[in-house]
Amino acid sequence: MKLLKIFFVLIVILNFFSIAFAEKNDQLTNKISKNLRCLICQGQSIYDSQSDFAVSMKVLINKKIEQGLNEKEIYEFLKDKYGEWIVYDTAFNKNTFILWGLPVLLFFLGGAIIFKKLVFRKV
Amino acid sequence: MLANHIGYYSLVMGLATSILIFLLSLKSYKFKIIDKRIFSISFLQLFFVLISFTSLVICFVISDFSNETVFNNSHTNKPIFYKISGTWGNHEGSLLLWLLVLTLFLFLFLITSKKESKRYRILTLIFQQVIIIGFFLFVLVTSNPFNYLFPEPIEGLGLNPILQDPALAIHPPILYVGYVGSSLIFSATLAAVIENYISKDWAKNIKIWVLVSWIFLTIGIMVGSIWAYYELGWGGFWFWDPVENVSLMPWLCLTALLHCLLVLEKRELLKSWTIILSIATFTLSMCGTFLVRSGILNSVHTFANDPSRGIFILCFLFFLIIISLIIFFLFNKEKQKDYKKIYFFSKEVSILVNNWFLMYFLSVVLIGTLYPIFLEVLIDHKISVGPPFYNKLIIPFLIFFLIFMSLGPNLKWIRETNIKHKFQLIIFFFISLLISFLIYKKIGQTNLINTVLVSASLYLFIVTIRDFFSKELYNFSKKISHFGFSLLILSILLNGILSSEVIMNLKVGEKFTFKNEKIFFKSLENNKKENYQSIVGYFTVEDNKKNISQFKPELRIYDQPLVITSEADIKTTLFKDKFLVMNTIKGNEYFNVRYQIKPFMIWIWISTLLLAIGGCLNLYNRLYEK
Amino acid sequence: MKNKILIILLVFFLSFCFFVLFKSLESSGIYVPEKTENRELTEFVSKDLFSKKKITSSEIFQGSDYYILNIWATWCAPCRKEHPQLMELSKNSSIKLIGLNYRDDSKKAKKFLNKLGNPFSVNITDQNGTISIELGGYGIPETFLINKDKKIIKTFIGNLNNESVRQINLIVK
Repeated sequence: MKLLKIFFVLIVILNFFSIAFAEKNDQLTNKISKNLRCLICQGQSIYDSQSDFAVSMKVLINKKIEQGLNEKEIYEFLKDKYGEWIVYDTAFNKNTFILWGLPVLLFFLGGAIIFKKLVFRKV
Repeated sequence: MLANHIGYYSLVMGLATSILIFLLSLKSYKFKIIDKRIFSISFLQLFFVLISFTSLVICFVISDFSNETVFNNSHTNKPIFYKISGTWGNHEGSLLLWLLVLTLFLFLFLITSKKESKRYRILTLIFQQVIIIGFFLFVLVTSNPFNYLFPEPIEGLGLNPILQDPALAIHPPILYVGYVGSSLIFSATLAAVIENYISKDWAKNIKIWVLVSWIFLTIGIMVGSIWAYYELGWGGFWFWDPVENVSLMPWLCLTALLHCLLVLEKRELLKSWTIILSIATFTLSMCGTFLVRSGILNSVHTFANDPSRGIFILCFLFFLIIISLIIFFLFNKEKQKDYKKIYFFSKEVSILVNNWFLMYFLSVVLIGTLYPIFLEVLIDHKISVGPPFYNKLIIPFLIFFLIFMSLGPNLKWIRETNIKHKFQLIIFFFISLLISFLIYKKIGQTNLINTVLVSASLYLFIVTIRDFFSKELYNFSKKISHFGFSLLILSILLNGILSSEVIMNLKVGEKFTFKNEKIFFKSLENNKKENYQSIVGYFTVEDNKKNISQFKPELRIYDQPLVITSEADIKTTLFKDKFLVMNTIKGNEYFNVRYQIKPFMIWIWISTLLLAIGGCLNLYNRLYEK
Repeated sequence: MKNKILIILLVFFLSFCFFVLFKSLESSGIYVPEKTENRELTEFVSKDLFSKKKITSSEIFQGSDYYILNIWATWCAPCRKEHPQLMELSKNSSIKLIGLNYRDDSKKAKKFLNKLGNPFSVNITDQNGTISIELGGYGIPETFLINKDKKIIKTFIGNLNNESVRQINLIVK
């Protein structure tokens, strides 16, 4: 009898854990799918879309999380199949450093020009 | 059918007239005698375009499917309001709208600028005519709205039902007034450069046009976002979609230009800035037209188009850029004796700083939008540039921008000597830091950058409110606009931080709980409507105070063309919006239900409206002054 | 002098922009999938359509020089259109055809194959669509041409036609 009770309690505890993990997994799935482009929709994320592609993708992401992959690994996995285009968050690599750096560079350049013109004005 | 022919020939006459005006004004400029006929012929030009536009509207209203544009974009079952708005909801018709605004603004300019120098007016006319002729050619050669189909089809191909919405019907005309208005600013600026007329008086007169453009652009963008929020079904209002970016860029330029004109009026400084910004605004509008209509961009907004149109606009765009740069370099001479003393702590410098930041934001949006295109052409590699990019680059600089915007307008012109007595401002800064910290503590998140960001926007908010109580009665329009802007940033931030949502799969009869609210899927109702089949889900949401609200999100199945749209039900109060939308799951009795709580949503719209109202007030003051 | 440098820089910059934008018009498409250049197939596990037994990708992709994996379903109209082309390809002994039945009712699928003919040597099922994504697929119908090193050498999005069969036969020779 006692064994049965322990068994029962164990099952309940395990369920709680799995629900907690499932919730955490859900959160991570949501986070990842918000960052992925739905490739057959025009301008929607996987999170927002209800298309076949998006629904399948969400299932797949869940599966990969359960297999133990972290967020970065899942992005790499998908980028390998569909290209960098599928991830909304633009990576910082040799292809995109101009994208990230140019505005900031222009900002400081502009600042330097303005500063120079202000300080060294000939009256 | 008659309307079709009238429309076409009216356009051809319009082109002939525009070439005539161009030649006459060239002659007038060269021989320094104004040909009086020019004014009446400009009116004729406007008249022809108006006739043409009206003819197209008539074609749509009577569903004349022998007109190819009507055939492609309309349907006899469409409600009359949308038949009319379908006129400009397509590429060809929208170009006709461009022409209408171009010619209208030119004519208005001619009658309202009588006090200014004749040579300046003629030059403006010449430049504007170049643009008008370009558009006439574009329409007649590549995008004729009056192509004739024979035999006449019985039924049209219909319009995308997502576009059958009141907000979307008025969104293009409002935006176009903004975009196209900047064409006049462009022409007038080039004329003023040649005539050496960049001065206080010119600034005073051109400001009216800038204000009109800016107000319409602000409202146009707002209406577009409202439409996206209410119609697209996932609760967002800004996606950094290329087409949205394309409307934001001229807006940033116009805002900077507006402030430059202030300085130009008061101290005759920042002339080069003013010229470049005027050129840039229209260039960006044209660039935007190019991107949207050429088929390069991948977006939910784009017109489906063929690249040959893109080539025309591209060449025309670069032609205009080259002309304006040539004029700038040839004619813009800053005389040595024009240099004036500028002190660091002055309103001029704070406006300069303002422009500096605005240009940075502009470059972020411009580079973010164009870079993927460049990358794909150069190394055949496709990347996504989305909200994460824009947020990361804009937010840090936004913090400083907000702080400068709080301090800057408080400085006096020429020189601010009262620095030590601005205690109040410093105290406000610490108050806002404190409030922001408390907000974050309450919601249990500790994110340093966001905390500072919220405190910076709170700071601006407090300072702009305080400004309402200061003694100066003039500049009321500025106070409203700046307050509106601070409210906008604040509500966007708070909405972003405090929003929450849940997604669930439910079938009829099921319920779930979310944040102290019970959501119950009561029933489903099927109905046949005028041009679609409607499936309405009835939900009740009960909050912890036992208040029950009913939500009726709807699914619409259109048949012409076959499209399923999801209409969210949104309950708006001053404090929050509750947003419920449902979608079908294939082959299932379950529905995918998405419920969002979005605080302060309505303040985003109210604050944008305030921005525009401030501009309107300014406009009214200036017109009244005249 | 400074002005001249600025002007020259501007001219270069503008020409560059014009050139790039002009070229982008040529290759503009509303939606173009990324080119797969000899992408390697990753392992996956699936179920046989008829026996419901588990089967791994390594078990499927062996014993042939070339493989064709076709994603199809009974509810997909273009899939019906390409059925003759698939039957024709199945006659080619150097290609092993694999049919991935996507989000479909297996009874209906069996009926379909029994009625119209089964060109596939292996029939697997993908009920939730995840295997299609493991393959890097976009939709349905879609066909992958895979070589014996398990590299995807060509992808056909949309139904196969005579032109695609010709291309396949050229490569497989």
